Amino acid sequence: MTAAVRHSPGTGLAPLLDVFCPMHAILTPGGLIRHAGPALARLAPQGRPLEGTPLLDLLTPLRPHGAPDLPALLAHAGARLHFALRDPPRTELKGVIVPLPDALPDALPERGATPAGPGRSGAVLNLSFGISIVDAVRDFALTGADFAVTDLAVEMLYLVEAQSAVMDELRRLNSRLNGARLDAEVRATTDMLTGLGNRRAMERVLEEITAQERGFSLMHLDLDFFKQVNDRFGHAAGDHVLQVAARRLVAALRGQDVVIRVGGDEFLIILPGMTDPGAGGCHRLPPDRHARKPHLTRRRAASHLGEHRLGHLPAGARRRYRGRDARGRYRALCGQGGRAQGAPALHPEPWADRRAAGGVHSPGRARLNTSRITE
Amino acid sequence: MQALVNRAIEGFVRGTYGDPFWQAVLRRSGVGGASFDALLDYDSQATRRVICGLAMALGKSQEEVLEDIGTFLVASPRMRPVRRLLRFGGVDFVEFLHSLNDLPARTRLALPELQVPQLILREQGGDRFFLRVASPAQAPHRYGHVMLGLLRAMADDYGALVFLEHHGGTDAEELIEVTLLEPRFATARDFSLSERPA
Repeated sequence: MTAAVRHSPGTGLAPLLDVFCPMHAILTPGGLIRHAGPALARLAPQGRPLEGTPLLDLLTPLRPHGAPDLPALLAHAGARLHFALRDPPRTELKGVIVPLPDALPDALPERGATPAGPGRSGAVLNLSFGISIVDAVRDFALTGADFAVTDLAVEMLYLVEAQSAVMDELRRLNSRLNGARLDAEVRATTDMLTGLGNRRAMERVLEEITAQERGFSLMHLDLDFFKQVNDRFGHAAGDHVLQVAARRLVAALRGQDVVIRVGGDEFLIILPGMTDPGAGGCHRLPPDRHARKPHLTRRRAASHLGEHRLGHLPAGARRRYRGRDARGRYRALCGQGGRAQGAPALHPEPWADRRAAGGVHSPGRARLNTSRITE
Repeated sequence: MQALVNRAIEGFVRGTYGDPFWQAVLRRSGVGGASFDALLDYDSQATRRVICGLAMALGKSQEEVLEDIGTFLVASPRMRPVRRLLRFGGVDFVEFLHSLNDLPARTRLALPELQVPQLILREQGGDRFFLRVASPAQAPHRYGHVMLGLLRAMADDYGALVFLEHHGGTDAEELIEVTLLEPRFATARDFSLSERPA
């Protein structure tokens, strides 16, 4: 069979096609590769010369699927063909095949058999990587010289690379901006002195908790004699008291509880899921133990954590106050002042009679001795 | 898209002279912030002030600074994508020079908003070329010296020996003469069309 193949491309079509479409094959009527363009030659397994090998040993036809021979391919002359390399990496190729006209110098019928019809002088198949080009360039170490001068492949590779460079830069920018955003978000919802949530955090937590329709309790506290600490020891001492008070509150509560510094010496504790008045979180606070400990100075310097109130809302009430502005809701839940002693938390809103709201517990006392704090 | 230019300048200064120097330049130039973000829009005046501040801090002329930046764009490992995209222009230095005519169109494909100078290459004999560099109207500085540094670095990249001369020009247009002394003077730096190794 090999003897039937004319290896030399001669002076005919081959040199011309090598320039115009480097990924072509000139085929004998029997379907052997008579000449492979320089780019196609790079796809040869282990760099073996392709001349003399059957085309379908190199390529699997995918469209027309399983075409067994050259005439089957030539039945689709001029139409879009689809192949894959038989050997790994099984690169996919698109192509087009045209029968060689009899008059061309390279068109020589195979000795022996003389098939009739189109293709009896052989055929030219031109191939291209299509969309698989990015991988193919890597797999076969192709260079600019492997593509026809008019081929847009290099421009396409250029674009792919330019786009990925831009995407990389965008990704970097994005992560920088996202870091800055997270940082700003944390700052916006954090009380910088104590590290607790601030009013904005409170609004967000209440928003979430009401949206989830979960029961919860609120506890509102302020520090007694805080002003005296400030007056007597200065604001730095006052700040210290606030920081330690904050730490103790956090330490005394469950992980899901939220402590907010509403402002000044006022704290709000949100206890999600705590709807049983008896199991209130307040008993977990350790104040009384400390209250009996020695004072900072000979005179009583500072104070205990003040009033707290515990309330919880059943689902019906929650539905009613959803949609109100957060500030109004806060007032509704906690009363206006820091020490709204015994005032029914839900009372300012007409919808919230005490029964519907599940009751507001009369203030108990939770003492947190700030004298320990200021030590 | 001026910010991309700013980012390149920032990369150049931080990479070559270190972060504290960059912070000092920013302070001296009266430009706020610690870093330029590549895809946010900045006042092009910021670029002008930074180049000015940089030249003062380094005790160099602005032209020298711009040329150094041009070289950095190609030669620095940090600017690998730029060097690679330029190498797509051609298989040898002469091909690359001819591809400069397409550079604005190529750039537009990748980054429609990035303004680059219009480049017109004229060949005079096989080894002499004149490159006209027309900077965009609103550009904060002229691109001629940036191109000079970039061409020098690209010639190195291709292993070509060239003689480059800036012939001056107006605000709108500058002229660079390129004489190719030896196309294969040294080994070219590696370049494959595929960025990822096989």
